[in-house]
Amino acid sequence: METLIEFFSLQDPNIRYVLAGTILLGVSAGALGCFAILRRRALVGDAVAHAILPGVCLAFIFAGGKDPFMLILGAFIFGLLSMATMDFISRNSRIAPDASIGMVLSVFFGFGVVLLTFIQTTGFVDQSGLDDFLFGQAAAMVGDDVLVFGGLSALILVITIIVFKELKLVSFDPSFAQSIGYPVKRIEFLLALLMVLVITAGIQAVGVVLMASMLIIPAAAARYWTDSLRVMLLIAAGVGALSGVTGSFISYTAPAMPTGPWMVVSAAFVFFLSFLLAPGRGEIARYFQKRKLSRRVACENILKTLYSMEEEDGRIDRVRPARELRKRRHLTRRTMKQVLSSLLRRKLVTYYGGTPDGYLLTPDGRKEAKRLVRVHRLWEQYLSQHLQIAEDHVHEDAESMEHLITSEIEAQLRASLGSPERDPHKSRIPYDTEDNEPSTSNSAEKARKDKGGISGYKPGGKSDMIQGGKSGNRPDNEGKGGAS
Amino acid sequence: MITSTGWIIITAILAATSCALVGTFLVLRKMSLMGDAISHAVLPGIVLAFLLTASRNTFPMLIGAGIFGLFTVWLTEELSKKGRIFHDASMGIVFTTLFAIGVIIISLFAANVDIDQECVLYGEIAYVPWDLWIWRGTNMGPRPVWILSMVLVINISFITLMYKELKTYSFSPQLAATLGLPVGLIHYGLMGTVSFTTIASFESVGAILVVALLIVPPATAYLLTDRLHRLLLLAVLFGITSAVGGYYMALWINSSIAGAIAVVNGIQFALVFVLAPRYGLLGKKLRGRRATRTEPELITQPEPKNVREILS
Repeated sequence: METLIEFFSLQDPNIRYVLAGTILLGVSAGALGCFAILRRRALVGDAVAHAILPGVCLAFIFAGGKDPFMLILGAFIFGLLSMATMDFISRNSRIAPDASIGMVLSVFFGFGVVLLTFIQTTGFVDQSGLDDFLFGQAAAMVGDDVLVFGGLSALILVITIIVFKELKLVSFDPSFAQSIGYPVKRIEFLLALLMVLVITAGIQAVGVVLMASMLIIPAAAARYWTDSLRVMLLIAAGVGALSGVTGSFISYTAPAMPTGPWMVVSAAFVFFLSFLLAPGRGEIARYFQKRKLSRRVACENILKTLYSMEEEDGRIDRVRPARELRKRRHLTRRTMKQVLSSLLRRKLVTYYGGTPDGYLLTPDGRKEAKRLVRVHRLWEQYLSQHLQIAEDHVHEDAESMEHLITSEIEAQLRASLGSPERDPHKSRIPYDTEDNEPSTSNSAEKARKDKGGISGYKPGGKSDMIQGGKSGNRPDNEGKGGAS
Repeated sequence: MITSTGWIIITAILAATSCALVGTFLVLRKMSLMGDAISHAVLPGIVLAFLLTASRNTFPMLIGAGIFGLFTVWLTEELSKKGRIFHDASMGIVFTTLFAIGVIIISLFAANVDIDQECVLYGEIAYVPWDLWIWRGTNMGPRPVWILSMVLVINISFITLMYKELKTYSFSPQLAATLGLPVGLIHYGLMGTVSFTTIASFESVGAILVVALLIVPPATAYLLTDRLHRLLLLAVLFGITSAVGGYYMALWINSSIAGAIAVVNGIQFALVFVLAPRYGLLGKKLRGRRATRTEPELITQPEPKNVREILS
C-alpha cells in the first residue's frame, strides 16, 4: 500500500519519466494497433519491430553511443525499409505475404544480431545499453529519452486524430476510397509511416521482441466491446495506458521485474477478461444468448407439435401426455420439463391433471403455434415458388427459418405470394382470421378416411398412419406431414 | 576425430535440413509464421522444465517445449475460432504473451536460473562442441548432434510415409478433406514435427533464426520449381549452403554464427529473387518485353469483317 501511494504520488522524477513514457507508448500503440488488426496486418508489426534491430545497431556504430535521435533515425529507416521489402517481395513474386513477413523478420533480425556481436567484439565503450532494445528497459529511461520517445508518441496520436476519417475509410474499404477520389496510396503510406514510428518509439520500453503485442493485444481486446472504430480506438488506447501503468508499477515494486513483459501480460489479462465478459461479443454473453435461443426454439417446437396433433385428429379438447410429446420431439426429460413449465408460466399451455394427464394449448398458445406453422408453410411455398426448390427439399430450411421470421418478413411473404391457401405439400396454411378450430390437412383427412374415420387420441404410431406409413416410424418427423 | 569446427558445421547442417523439410510445407500451406510463434512460445516450457528438474538436461526441456509448442498451435486456432479474431492476430496474442510469461519466470528465478532470454534468442551454436553426451564413460560426441539427427530421422520418415497425403493437403486442404484423408491428423502431425524441429534447432541457432531456416530456404526454392520433390531437395540444398556459408562468414567477420546464417539465407533469396528464370524479376521483365514486342503483330492481323469470313 505504501509503495502504491509512493508510486502514484509521483514524487520521484524517475517514476514520472517511466510512467509518462509507458503510458504514451501504450496509448499510441493501442490506437494504431486497431488499424493494423482491421487491415489484417497484425504480424507486419512484429516483423517491423524485429527488423529495426540492425538500424539501431548501425546508428549506434555511427553515433558511437546511445544518442536517442540517431537511434530513432536508424530504427525508422530500417522499419520503412523492411515494410518496403515485404511489400516488394509479395507483389513481385509468388511468395505469400506470410512467408515474406517471416523472411524479412528473420533475415533483418539476423543481420542485427551480426551487427550486435560486431559491436560487442570491437569493444565500444558504452555498449551496455544496447541489449535493452531486445526486451526493453523502461526503467532505464531518463529525461531525454522520455522527451524524445514520448514526443514521438504524442506526434503519432495527433496525426492519427487529424486524419482519422481518411484512415478509417482506407482500413475498411480501400476500393471505395479510391473510387471517391481519396489518395489511397498516400494514406496507406502515411499509415505505414505511423506504424513504423510507433514501433520505433516503443522499442525503448518493451523491446523489439514484444513490441508487436502492444499493437495487437489492446486492439483485439477493444474489438470485443464495440463496433465503432472511434470507440475501439479509445478503448484500445485505454488498455494500452493501463498496461503501461501496471508494467511500470510492478517493475517499480520489484526492480528485478522487467517492465515490457509485464505490460504485455497485463494487456493479455485485459484481453482475456474482454474475451470472457464483454457484453454481446464476450464468451459468457454468447453462451447465454445461445442458451436463450435454443430454449426459445424448443418451446416453439413443442407448441407446434401440440398444434400438429390437433390438426391430425381435429380435436382441440384432447389432452396430450408429456410422454407423447417426448416421442415426437427428441428432448431429454429435463429439457421437456423446463420447456413445459416455461410454456405454462407464459399461459401458452394448460395442464390437465386427470387420466391420462397432459397438456392442452390455450387460445394464446394456439395463436402462437398457428403463427409458427403459418410462417413455416409460407416459407416453404416461397422457396418452391420463387426459388424453384423441389418441394421435398424445402422442409429442412423452413424448420429453422420459422423461428427467425419476423412479422414484417411474414407480411412481405404474404404480399409476394398473395396469401396462398396451401403450401407445397398441399397442407392448409392457417391464417388468424379463421376460427379457432384447427384446420385439417388434406393428408390427415385422407388418412382418416382410409382408416375408417379414426379420431381421437391413440398412443403411438399415430403420425405414421396419417402419413400413410410413408415416412416410416420416425416420431421426430412430425413436421413433414403434420405441421408442414 | 572431428574438430570443433566440424561439429558446429554438422549441427548447422542438420538443423538446416530438418527445418527446410518441414518449412517447405509451412510455406506451401501459408502458415510460415507458425514456426515463429512456436519458437517464441516454447520459452515458458523450457524454463519450467529447467526449474522442475533443476538441471540443464535436454530431454525434460524438449518435452516441456514440445507441450508448449502444441499448446500454442491449439490455442491459436481455438482463440481465432471461439474469439472470432483473425488468425494472425490470435497468433500474435498467444505467442507474445507466452514469451512474456517466459521472460517473467526467468526474472523471477534469476538467482537460480542460468539461462537467459538472449541465449533463447540467439542460440549457442558456438558452444555445441562442448555440450558432450557422455554415455557409460564413453564420449559419444555433442548432444545437439544426436538430438538433431533424431529429429531429422523423424522428419524424413514422416514425410516419406505421408508424402502423398502431405502433398494433397498442402496444395488443397479442401480436396484432401473431400478425398477422405485424415486432415486433422496430417495437420497436427505436421505441427508436431514443426514443434520438435523448432525446439531441437533453436537450442543451437536461437528462436528467431529458426524462422530464417524454416522459411527462407523453402521460399527461395519455391521461386525455382513447381514440383514438390524438387522443392524439398532444393530447400534442403539452400539450407545446407546457408549453414556452411554462414559459418565461414561468421568466422571471417568475427560475429554470431546464427546471425550470419540468416544473412546468408537472405543473400541467397535476394539472388534467386532477381535471377530465377521463371519467377524471378529478371525473367519476368524479359518475358514482359518479349510480350510487348509481339503485341503489335496480334493487332495488325486483319479483322474478320463478317460472319461468313470468320467461318471460312
